[in-house]
Amino acid sequence: MAGNTSGKTAVGTWIGFALIMLWCLFPVAWIISLSFKSEGETAAGSAQFLPKEPTFDNYKAIIDNPDFTRALINSFGIALIATLLSVIFATLAAYAIARLEFKGKRLVLSLALAIAMFPVVALVGPLFDMWTTFGLFNTWPGLIIPYMSFTLPLAIWTLSAFFREIPWEMEQAAQVDGATSWQAFRKVIVPLAAPGVFTAAILTFFFAWNEFVLAISLTSTTSSRTVPAQMSFFVGPDPFNPPYAQLATASVIVTLPVIVIVLLFQRKIVAGLTSGAVKG
Amino acid sequence: MAAIEMKNIVKKYGDGFPAVNDVSIDVEDGEFLILVGPSGCGKSTLLRMIVGLEDITDGDMMIGGKKVNDLAPRDRNLSMVFQNYALYPHLTVYENIAFPLRLANKPDSEVDEKVREASKTLELDEHLERKPGNLSGGQRQRVAMGRAIVRDAEAFLFDEPLSNLDAKLRGQMRTEISRLQKRLGITTVYVTHDQTEAMTLGDRVAVLKRGVLQQHATPRELYENPANLFVAGFIGSPPMNFLPAKVDGNKVELPFGTLTIPEDKAAKAQGKGLLIAGIRPDHFEDASVMDADKVSDEATFNATVDVVEWLGNEAYAYIPFEAPPEVREQLTQLEKDLDGESMRTQLVISLDGASRIKEGDDATIWVDARKIHLFDPSTGENLTMDADNAGIVPGAAEALAKAEEVGKEQDAVDPHAATT
Repeated sequence: MAGNTSGKTAVGTWIGFALIMLWCLFPVAWIISLSFKSEGETAAGSAQFLPKEPTFDNYKAIIDNPDFTRALINSFGIALIATLLSVIFATLAAYAIARLEFKGKRLVLSLALAIAMFPVVALVGPLFDMWTTFGLFNTWPGLIIPYMSFTLPLAIWTLSAFFREIPWEMEQAAQVDGATSWQAFRKVIVPLAAPGVFTAAILTFFFAWNEFVLAISLTSTTSSRTVPAQMSFFVGPDPFNPPYAQLATASVIVTLPVIVIVLLFQRKIVAGLTSGAVKG
Repeated sequence: MAAIEMKNIVKKYGDGFPAVNDVSIDVEDGEFLILVGPSGCGKSTLLRMIVGLEDITDGDMMIGGKKVNDLAPRDRNLSMVFQNYALYPHLTVYENIAFPLRLANKPDSEVDEKVREASKTLELDEHLERKPGNLSGGQRQRVAMGRAIVRDAEAFLFDEPLSNLDAKLRGQMRTEISRLQKRLGITTVYVTHDQTEAMTLGDRVAVLKRGVLQQHATPRELYENPANLFVAGFIGSPPMNFLPAKVDGNKVELPFGTLTIPEDKAAKAQGKGLLIAGIRPDHFEDASVMDADKVSDEATFNATVDVVEWLGNEAYAYIPFEAPPEVREQLTQLEKDLDGESMRTQLVISLDGASRIKEGDDATIWVDARKIHLFDPSTGENLTMDADNAGIVPGAAEALAKAEEVGKEQDAVDPHAATT
């Protein structure tokens, strides 16, 4: 009886899984398939799913396109620097919030949350004005600063939750063993909070990598335009017939780093690293 | 290695909670000192003040003749074993033990030599490359000890290191710690709430109640000459029996009958009205298993045994009795102070394993009347204490009174205080 029920549940679960996977991955599969179709095939409005004559021409064209490669470099540079800075600041802030008792702690946390509530679009205008005045318009820092600010709240909240989980004795033990506060933080607390740090880093990187509104509004040339913004300039010679195949190819290329990063770090994001620190 | 001197140490928390009150304890070079008391007595706070994890409100903390009040933990050169071990889960056992040496920037060869030596002492050789998460409780405990002994610290500090182990392992580790300390001859301060650990490990034991030092003496002195009701009730297992008593000449009237006590003891307890008599369970015996010439009518009584627990080498017999309301209140309070919760007033008697007394029997029990202690019910002071063999008793009767006072103050700040 019990086995029967659990068997049914398992079947149901797998059907559910399959449906969700199909729902999520079908568009991805379509984009991949599209990226291998020749221009003629997409222009003719071919209805079949798989390309008739698979070709790498789109990939060659995209990689030979200096605008695209330049945008790719911008994307990597801006996203990585924003992530690094955001994680460093968030780690320090979250540690202070988790460990220290100070006045206005709640205020800091609520403010951080409040910042995250502003829609990005509402800030584009003021930012544009400020950046043109400060000479930050169309520069890397002009995008790094807002990306960092928008991801800090989430990073701080994620990390302070991780820090709170670490037993305070670990740090005290390190201090008794002869560590300065900084050494205790660097050699004991940060390694233990590594899953949190990676989680925060990945979230920040994704935000910066995928962001479009700021990228298109605060840049004017390829010197700082990121890939999502650059892709909107792929119009081709005929405005009524955009180069779908090339757009799909660019999408595939821009998605690859994200997939690689997730695969690389998914093992790092396992919780429970602190097990064994104390008697459980 | 160094002596540790605590001079009039006071700890008051920010909210006014007085955790430690005017405690003065000297730990001699190489001595094994135990800080013992029920939860919330300030023993852990005191230890954390020695190591520097807790600020000292008032008083002087001297290590090796140097005042260390304002030194950071890392500058005090002490090593500590935490209650939950606080091992670094991201490092292997080897690196856990090597951690203090790495921080001191010792060359690799020296680190290796010392870690191997410590791991050999603690039999951790085959676990060196494992992570703490894969070790058993006892192994983790030994790693924590390894981290403590690997460097030449001035003193070892233990904060209830065995409380997370099961009973069998606790016994083994207790012996191990004792052996290690004797071999290394290093000054040690050990915090526990377990009176067995206190008795077996310590050269001397400091008993604390509500942040006030009650008595600082060798285990034997504490057992034979407790300064007051609290110490008497805390030290010894099963605990000392407390009975209402009236002294008339050298006769003591107890709920079960009248005993004759030595003249010098009786003299100290004259004219005090109702007293509390304290008799340890092992100072009773089943009269039928004793030599006839030792048993006299003056030292025996008859009583109905309620429950018998036979353990092979000995047996515990329980005999309920009625206590008059004047002492009952004092005894209930004492029980609460000792973290206990006894439902009835009863006598616990340790009998020889050969005794044939059964539940419900009317037995003849012999009492060693020379070993009786008499306590003043109002102050809790031990009237019959042999002051020459009782170690250091700060303020005699006042210590308990002061603990009461501090207790009220603590309750005023935080009625649910359960900090240790």
